[in-house]
Amino acid sequence: MSHLGNFLVDSLALSATFIYGSTGEILTEKAGHLNLGIPGVMCMGGAGGCLMISIAMNWGVPQPLIALLGVLGALIMGALMGALYSFFAVTLRANQNVTGLTMTTFGVALMKVLMVKDDIIYLKNDRLAEAVACFRFPFAGRGDKLQTLGFMFFLAVIVAVLATYVLNRTRTGLSLRAVGENPATADAAGINVTRYKYLATIIGSGIAGLGGLYYIVDWMGSNEAYKTIEGLGWLSVALVIFVLWKPWLTIPSGFIFSVLYTCANHVSSISWINGTMEDTYLFQMLPYVFTIIILIVSSVRNKRENQPPASLGLSYFREDR
Amino acid sequence: MADNPAVALEFKNITKTFGHVVANNNVTLDVRKGEVLSILGENGCGKTTLMNMAAGIYFPDHGSILIDGHPVTIRSPKDAYEHKIGMIHQHFKLVDIFTAAENIVLGLNEEGKYNIANVNARVSEIASRYGFNIDPKAKIYDMSVSEKQTVEIIKVLYRGADILILDEPTAVLTLQEIKRLFEVLRHMAADGKSVVIITHKLNEVMEVSDRVAVMRKGEHIATVDTDKTTIQQLTDMMVGYKTDLNIHRSEPVSPRPRIEVKHLSLRDKEGNQVLSNVSFKANGGEILGIAGIAGSGQRELLETIAGILRPEKGEIIFHNPKKDRPVTFYHKTLRQIKKLARERCFHYPDGSTVTFAGKSNRQIRDEVRREQVLFNGDEIMDLRYKTPLEIRNLGVKLSFVPEDRLGMGLVGNMGISDNMMLRSYRKGMPVFLNLVKPKKLGQEIVDKLEVVTPSLRAPVRRLSGGNLQKVLVGREISSSPKVLMAAYPVRGLDINSSYLIYELLDEQKRTGTAVIFVGEDLDVLMELCDRIIVMNSGSITGTVDGRTVTKDKLGFLMTKQVKKKQA
Repeated sequence: MSHLGNFLVDSLALSATFIYGSTGEILTEKAGHLNLGIPGVMCMGGAGGCLMISIAMNWGVPQPLIALLGVLGALIMGALMGALYSFFAVTLRANQNVTGLTMTTFGVALMKVLMVKDDIIYLKNDRLAEAVACFRFPFAGRGDKLQTLGFMFFLAVIVAVLATYVLNRTRTGLSLRAVGENPATADAAGINVTRYKYLATIIGSGIAGLGGLYYIVDWMGSNEAYKTIEGLGWLSVALVIFVLWKPWLTIPSGFIFSVLYTCANHVSSISWINGTMEDTYLFQMLPYVFTIIILIVSSVRNKRENQPPASLGLSYFREDR
Repeated sequence: MADNPAVALEFKNITKTFGHVVANNNVTLDVRKGEVLSILGENGCGKTTLMNMAAGIYFPDHGSILIDGHPVTIRSPKDAYEHKIGMIHQHFKLVDIFTAAENIVLGLNEEGKYNIANVNARVSEIASRYGFNIDPKAKIYDMSVSEKQTVEIIKVLYRGADILILDEPTAVLTLQEIKRLFEVLRHMAADGKSVVIITHKLNEVMEVSDRVAVMRKGEHIATVDTDKTTIQQLTDMMVGYKTDLNIHRSEPVSPRPRIEVKHLSLRDKEGNQVLSNVSFKANGGEILGIAGIAGSGQRELLETIAGILRPEKGEIIFHNPKKDRPVTFYHKTLRQIKKLARERCFHYPDGSTVTFAGKSNRQIRDEVRREQVLFNGDEIMDLRYKTPLEIRNLGVKLSFVPEDRLGMGLVGNMGISDNMMLRSYRKGMPVFLNLVKPKKLGQEIVDKLEVVTPSLRAPVRRLSGGNLQKVLVGREISSSPKVLMAAYPVRGLDINSSYLIYELLDEQKRTGTAVIFVGEDLDVLMELCDRIIVMNSGSITGTVDGRTVTKDKLGFLMTKQVKKKQA
């Protein structure tokens, strides 16, 4: 395959990380939770997945099951982080920004500890390759770049589309949006606000956790992945604003972000740029520059439907009326 | 009505307390099928609390609620809906970015797949049955207050309610909208539904209801048939003693121009024309009323005069009566005085015009200090483009009682004396604050206006609306203003507090202040104001005499469209 082809497939594969991260964050935000802990949740999701894979491999579980157990591990770990966040933000009514940032600091640091410590999660390179192979279904063995699109990529697309459907076409979605817009109204309409907030945050965080696992094992396939995953988490949060809280839009927009992100890796192979290390760093800034630009552009929008959920970031107390 | 009408909803010996406050004390009340019942009472008399118990917001401490003769337990709004009771609260519970239909089905678990098209159809069907006018696909943020209320009513009907409770439904509606609402309510009653409206407006009670239940201080005083009672009788029951329902309007004493607004135009941030070509004159010793549907630019007009908003064009002129009074350096610099002299604004005590021709600055200063330089007439000040602080520094005593008491008028977390200080903290020594005077002033206001507060230091946000307003108006009046602007000063206040505020405004007028009063109750405007200007969509549609104008005339002007001048 040509350079361009490789580059595009590479970007497409990476976009799943953004799709998971942003879709998860959108679900949380639709419940009125500004979860700035997404980077931490993604880190912990990745760690949980790797932990599960390493345990499964020690037990000698058959290959396809290893991948499934990995997905399960990431889901559970992400969901646990979501539950923790909800406990602070809903039950204890803590400030959401502080809670979120704490979750990020906590999640990133804990994953780093877990990942570098031998024999806990750290998959030695030979075993890592084995683990990566489990995620290659359905294009395994094709030999070209296309095989990097594993089942988790397609799962991401399905999740994003499903999330859009649920939000816009079901009663549950209507109730969830009402909770994020105006919890007092939702409460008066007989919707269990606390339950919706908890569940949306837990499910959303679980989905974001998948993004972490996907990035570490499926896309990077390297133990070094933990160093860059936090940045991807922040980009996912920014992507939420870019897609105007519409999950299906994360599919094309995630791709744009991935193109910007991966072009740094391909700089060295472009002849007219004398690809030195310094150039790579410059190119790595691109997605962040882009994010700043979209934040500026998006702040001047004024259509009401495209605004963040009205009660985003606010705690809800029933008695506080 | 039949001799023995069927009872739909019955409260039996209901008692509800909040802490030490008894909100409802042994209340027994019934609502019949097919009637419109008004619950009448002052603010805080427990009428909303009582109805909230039927709607599942509160649960009674003692007593029982009976529906069709059977005792029921209502623990949540959901339970209430199951017993076919629906309540429309004063503050609408709607999600702004949803459509009408989405709001109506929110939280409902109907059989079958969620399909908004079916909902739209059913909403339209209900609307046409009772004569509502609504587009189920319209977004709430595009709707007027009355349309939002319609959505709330349909929401309740959609859930199959037979007993509708409306809490202060007319507070935010225009005359025409109220008429239409009443028609719909009568229609529903004729359809066999029971309608309960909670209100403190007597004329509406007389207009719409079959029976009136009067409450006072948590107790049910009596329920009477509307056609067998009078407004005076109802008021006496409501207040508990004989009342004087007349607003005192003193004759204006030598009114003279104070504030003159000429061709004022204003655009909001989005570029919409909020005020267009507004001109009027407010005289000292007069109350100038501003009537109009809420949101016609009344608030913006006052805020522009107060210097909070910046007008696009136009003039705001303040007349300072200075005839034959000496000019001082207190409010004028030497340069300004020289400029005014060139415009021949001054004369000497002997009557000759001041020119300062050939005089040195030192000589001019000397003359001014010896109070030899007198004004010819009123001093004219341009307040346009000046901030509130600049206006105050000019020596213009302008007071503004904003609509938004806790947002713009007072700081909720500070006590009364600290709030007094907001107007005076710049006075006195630098660095150190004078705490004694504000405290004294606060105490004075509390004593004179009978503000109910635990202490001067208690955060004012805990005070009731009426007490807040007394504190705010008290503070603004204490600076003995030349112009007093009040936007909806009695909104949400009970009768006694309202009349106190009217009396305070009239008192200010008697001292020669120009009072500008933005009101919503046309009866009050007509009884209190000397002149009334009517606004609609940012323009003045008419200026009328408050003593001779009729309500119909005001209503007509409020909805009259002014042809936009082509720009």
